[in-house]
Amino acid sequence: MKVRKALTGNEAMAEAMRQINPDVIAAYPITPQTEIVQLFSNFVADGKVDTEFVTVESEHSAMSATIGASAAGSRAMTATSSQGMAYMWEVLYIAASMRLPIVMPLVNRALSGPINIHCDHSDAYGARDSGWIQLWAENAQEAYDNLIQAVRIAEHSEVTLPVMVNMDGFIISHGLEIMEAEDDDTIRNFIGVRKPVYHLLNEKEPITMGPLDLQDFYFEHKKQQADAMARSADVIREISKEWKDLTGRSYDMLEEYRMEDAEIAIVALGSTCGTAKVAIDQLREQGVKAGLVKIRVFRPFPKEEIAKALAHTKAVAVMDRAESFADFGGPLFRDVRASLYECDSRPKTISYIYGLGGRDVTLDTITQVYADLQRLVKGEQVPMLNHLGVRD
Amino acid sequence: MAVNLKQLSQKETRLTGGHRACAGCAAPIIVRQILMASDKPVVVGSATGCLEVTTTVYPYTAWNVNFIHNAFENAAATISGVEAAFNSLKRQGKLEGDFNFVAFGGDGGTYDIGFQSLSGAMERGHDMLYVCYDNGAYMNTGIQRSSATPHGANTSTTPAGKESTGKKEYRKDLTQIMAAHNIPYVAQASVSNHRDLIAKAQKAFSIKGPKFLNVLSPCRLGWAYDPEITVPLAQQMVDSCFWPLFEVVDGEWKLTYKPKNKPNIEEWMKKQGRFKHLFRSDEGKQVIAEAQADVDARWEQLLARCGEK
Repeated sequence: MKVRKALTGNEAMAEAMRQINPDVIAAYPITPQTEIVQLFSNFVADGKVDTEFVTVESEHSAMSATIGASAAGSRAMTATSSQGMAYMWEVLYIAASMRLPIVMPLVNRALSGPINIHCDHSDAYGARDSGWIQLWAENAQEAYDNLIQAVRIAEHSEVTLPVMVNMDGFIISHGLEIMEAEDDDTIRNFIGVRKPVYHLLNEKEPITMGPLDLQDFYFEHKKQQADAMARSADVIREISKEWKDLTGRSYDMLEEYRMEDAEIAIVALGSTCGTAKVAIDQLREQGVKAGLVKIRVFRPFPKEEIAKALAHTKAVAVMDRAESFADFGGPLFRDVRASLYECDSRPKTISYIYGLGGRDVTLDTITQVYADLQRLVKGEQVPMLNHLGVRD
Repeated sequence: MAVNLKQLSQKETRLTGGHRACAGCAAPIIVRQILMASDKPVVVGSATGCLEVTTTVYPYTAWNVNFIHNAFENAAATISGVEAAFNSLKRQGKLEGDFNFVAFGGDGGTYDIGFQSLSGAMERGHDMLYVCYDNGAYMNTGIQRSSATPHGANTSTTPAGKESTGKKEYRKDLTQIMAAHNIPYVAQASVSNHRDLIAKAQKAFSIKGPKFLNVLSPCRLGWAYDPEITVPLAQQMVDSCFWPLFEVVDGEWKLTYKPKNKPNIEEWMKKQGRFKHLFRSDEGKQVIAEAQADVDARWEQLLARCGEK
């Protein structure tokens, strides 16, 4: 039976983690993720979970211990933000290459420097090529739903890859919203138990994990990882459907909002998508055919879906909440643009770097982007690269 | 604890031959002797380094036990995660049996880059044994200095030259730092004194909680000596009190070996290419004297700690 609750994003993540009841969590505090770790500590202290909670001395050790725990066959999780993610960057790659189905909430926060504790996506972008599946949420409900589905995706025999579940720092993590939580039995039946084929605690069949892999095999192993990442798209779709049948809440690789006849569209990740939906509803009342493509799965990248959703539009703005210093827009911009390359007719595509370091993104901010797109459609000059709302 | 060599020699080898360590390398000898001391199945973790690269060249492995290599600086954290998983699964009734958890790291992976991970794991109290095989430099990457490198040693980042007599600094006393963690068992051992080494490993495995063992591990390549003298060379280093053998059990310091004669460190320095330059100049001889004074002062401190004076 579902319950409607008022929860912050962090509370929703912690609640999902309680229901997942992982065998091991190794975690370290960092703003704005800290609350998740604290809430989970209370579950441990009150005997509400079976988890062995390892209070490590750093994020590097958080991921290292999580790797050890997962390699030992247990269901293991951690959670972090920003600098913590940067500090574990080295071992993120190792988790993925060992094909460990670790699930980790990442409460997105700007990377230093300068130091800043508020939301942007530079932390997740930094892990873009690490071999982790990346799920993104618009609100606490989606963060909760994504985290639970992530366990099934990660552990699926066609996948066995780690999954990062992103949630905008403060905007979602500390914002209170009404959401639906499923009951514990529903979640536990949905996720089942982990059944690793090999693990370190099977004394009858000893294995060597993390061997030296040289010119003769490294490449093949990387290809296997890439193949698993490619296969994960179908698995994500399949598990999303199962989740919809169970809860009524629908997910896919991406969400199209009022795209069927849209002439101009925004592509974005995270909480900004909610703001964009309100802007679209207002613009539609004025007769502007505006739409949104919200990316739920950033890795693997839903290239075909994006091309299909955007091919009929006239102009598209791709929003990146991080600078990548390419002087060619952000990573999402470049991926979206590349996805459109094979289309017979392509919309004009422009880039917006926005909301860095938690800079507020209001309805007006988004409306301004749609106004730029309208001007672009009319043939007026709009720069390809934009830093939205930044002061000179 | 009695060490019955005949009995131990009949045990299955947990690190097999055919690995690619250099002739004369002490590390595999140390690993075999330590794993021999455990009567339970073991899970071994290793830091990146010679031990890992020479024993696990895919698709081969020299390990007959469950083994994990994660990265350079995180062997302790990794094994602490394995141990946590074991505790959780066992408590929930999802797993049977019992294990010893052992992490190995060289001095680079232990004294330097892995120090935080080691300190954290020991402080958290995991039931694990951490073993440092100390060969006094980053041998795997080509003999760069570490904080375990002895004073005066010629390494590829402290080369001897017109203006240099080798490493200026003295060794970090890691064993003492680990004792300051107030963990139940800390010991120093050497490949040369195998009964002492195995007895210490047996004692460590018999104690629940975090344990640390620092083992002198000569490197014939980095130290530049003839491979057949690995064991007698280490014995001389032990006898000179450069590498004393002792243990700290629940905070109580105890010498486990008292050398009958205490040779000068020169005796083993002159057999190693890394100190060759010191014998060629007055400045070099001065460095040897400084190193000798340092060894003597530390030995006196240790005797005092062990209640020997």
